[in-house]
Amino acid sequence: MASTSTVTVPAPGKSAWDGGVSPMNASYGKLMMWFFLLSDAFTFSALLITYGLVRSSHPEYTGAVDDFVFSQAYWPIPEKVFEAVPFFHGLNAPLVFVGLMTFILIMSSVTMVLAVEAGHRMDKRAVEKWMLWTIIGGLTFLSCQAWEWSHFIHGTDGGSLLADGTKIFGANLSINQYGPPDFAAFFFFITGFHGFHVFSGVMLNFLIYYNTVTGVYERRGHYEMVEKVGLYWHFVDLVWVFVFTFFYLV
Amino acid sequence: MAHAEETPQVTVIPPDTAKIKKLWTVAGILGLVTLFEFAVAFMVPHEYKDLRVWTFILMTIVKAGYIVGEFMHLRYETKVLFWSILIPMIFVVWMLVAFVYEGIHIGLVR
Repeated sequence: MASTSTVTVPAPGKSAWDGGVSPMNASYGKLMMWFFLLSDAFTFSALLITYGLVRSSHPEYTGAVDDFVFSQAYWPIPEKVFEAVPFFHGLNAPLVFVGLMTFILIMSSVTMVLAVEAGHRMDKRAVEKWMLWTIIGGLTFLSCQAWEWSHFIHGTDGGSLLADGTKIFGANLSINQYGPPDFAAFFFFITGFHGFHVFSGVMLNFLIYYNTVTGVYERRGHYEMVEKVGLYWHFVDLVWVFVFTFFYLV
Repeated sequence: MAHAEETPQVTVIPPDTAKIKKLWTVAGILGLVTLFEFAVAFMVPHEYKDLRVWTFILMTIVKAGYIVGEFMHLRYETKVLFWSILIPMIFVVWMLVAFVYEGIHIGLVR
């Protein structure tokens, strides 16, 4: 049975840490998920801190924002780089597409928490419904990111003129039309590592969905796995909030 | 008898509308904060860089607080679990500040 939400009161004169009870009042699996997420947060922090270090060591663009052109001499203004939207070629819509991606991920976080809530009530049908929405949200986000990467790699129509007179289009790990080569490297590493987390999250969500449909959790008597994978999914959303701020807005 | 565990007796508890409404409220707050960030990104000129950056950072902390506190339920966990997660992250924030300053100085001597 679900021993997870049972409140354990230690015997008189005995500390909660003397054994026999769970002092943090959370099951082993949930606790380990929390500590895994903490270590994962360190990894993402390391990437974002390195980004902060490298970015602040590069010169800032100082001219008027309207006159901004891509150059390797200074760090680009993010909203000048991320301004394209699928199916609207040539439209200047800064940050609109990233905003849509943020909205999609927040919505899939909501559907996940509704699946967790349905699991607490042993409502199999509702868990199935909300898990399916969460999976769809995750897949939509991944498709958006695929487009975003493709656009970033192929570059803009005009390209960018280098000091030696050659013109470059788009970015990869050695050249970069948008700014210093480090800018593209960090884009690929940070959004790529996050995208990989979203991908594994969708896989885990699918496993949970499959087990719900086949009635594994109903037979087990609790839906705690939905909660544990839910923690992971919310973490992925949380990381995106930071990536959105430090990579796209600032 | 062998089939008894194949068809478990499950009582589905009806949805707690107050709880679900609260979850949607949190979602609404997250959406509004993101919209506010967009408003700042487009309406506050780039000349006010510090104001922009600090608003974005503050709004990010608000969003992170709601996601971790409400969606991940950390607010309602025991104090010792809450602080076990939060205290290490405070050191990470210090590390970010230290490295950004380090970067600025690397830029100055380069």
